[in-house]
Amino acid sequence: MKTLDLQELEKRFQEKVDKEIKIEPNDWMPDEYRKTLIRQISQHAHSEIVGMLPEGNWITRAPNLRRKAVLLAKVQDEAGHGLYLYSSVETLGADREATMDDLHSGKAKYSSIFNYPAVTWADIGTIGWLVDGAAIMNQVALCRCSYGPYARGMVKICKEESFHQRQGYESLVTLCNGTPAQKAMAQDAMNRFWWPALMMFGPSDADSPHSAQSMKWKIKRFSNDELRQSFVDATVPQAEILGLTIPDPNLKWNEERGHYDFSPINWDEFWQVVNGNGPCNKERIDARKKAKENGMWVREAAMAYAEKRAMKKTA
Amino acid sequence: MSNREWPLWEVFIRSKQGLNHKHVGSLRAPDATLALENARDVYTRRSEGISIWVVESNYVHASDPSDADSLFEPSDTKVYRHPTFYDVPDGVKHM
Ligand SMILES: [Fe+2]
Ligand SMILES: [Fe+2]
Repeated sequence: MKTLDLQELEKRFQEKVDKEIKIEPNDWMPDEYRKTLIRQISQHAHSEIVGMLPEGNWITRAPNLRRKAVLLAKVQDEAGHGLYLYSSVETLGADREATMDDLHSGKAKYSSIFNYPAVTWADIGTIGWLVDGAAIMNQVALCRCSYGPYARGMVKICKEESFHQRQGYESLVTLCNGTPAQKAMAQDAMNRFWWPALMMFGPSDADSPHSAQSMKWKIKRFSNDELRQSFVDATVPQAEILGLTIPDPNLKWNEERGHYDFSPINWDEFWQVVNGNGPCNKERIDARKKAKENGMWVREAAMAYAEKRAMKKTA
Repeated sequence: MSNREWPLWEVFIRSKQGLNHKHVGSLRAPDATLALENARDVYTRRSEGISIWVVESNYVHASDPSDADSLFEPSDTKVYRHPTFYDVPDGVKHM
């Protein structure tokens, strides 16, 4: 093998990325590219897993068997998404357990949306429609990410996500065509989830320091603000069909831009929640820690059993 | 008590009769039996498969990407291995 200097390696790497050639686990990559991906993919994995908590809480209280089966399938999908992502982060040489410990210690973040509680049944429909809807907007863009294992995982996840959004919307259609109390419950959920859903796309481009590098490496294809705008444009007509009002007095179609205008986002709230002060941050992390600690004996027993059987075989 | 992490397994799925098993991803499991069960839950929730192989990742040997040139370039220059390299007179059929 010829030894190449770092500059030359970096140049070749960028040429590959520019030519849309995917980067695979054993290929050379800049340290920062690897670090950025480990951070992004593990936080994405944590979001899938933590995201099971607010919805899982409603499985036993779903209003009928159909909705219960659907919610169970959706939450199980989210567990699957977490697992695809943890295995793709492992291809970068990261230690799966260490990434989870970073979540538990507060070092690693996850999507701030899951720090809001799901207090009514309408919240479950709204989460499917808005939260999975926003996630889809992000994830569709990630299907073309330059890192092969992440991109392939995203393709699989996106196929599964579209049912998540549709089941949520369908559930809201039922509530919105129901009694005035049901409709009011749907509107209340909308009022609470709209802004946190818009925050899911992350800080404004101007305040997003890593964005430019991620775009150059084709980890990211669209800026946070572009994705947020696409989400608003797609969602407003869907809200109209439900007969729900979007809680933003400044929301209106801008003929010139060909997009909806909307109010500035309350970034103080966003940073408060990201930094641990949202309504459910502590509860969510405690639940994850408890799951790991209380499940540890099962993992140890399964491993001990496997080792014992392997020994018998060789004996 | 074992503090070791569950080993990593690569998962291959045959999507339908007549097709190859294809790599779909990986997972952690203590042994082959549970690896198969986990693979069923993680990778075939929507009838993606009719058969699963799991292989402990330790046993997979891969070619080194930096050897790609020396390994694969020689075949790029052998165009005569492809049928389109050969001219046959117009009118020759079934060839
Ligand atoms: Fe998901
Ligand atoms: Fe989802």
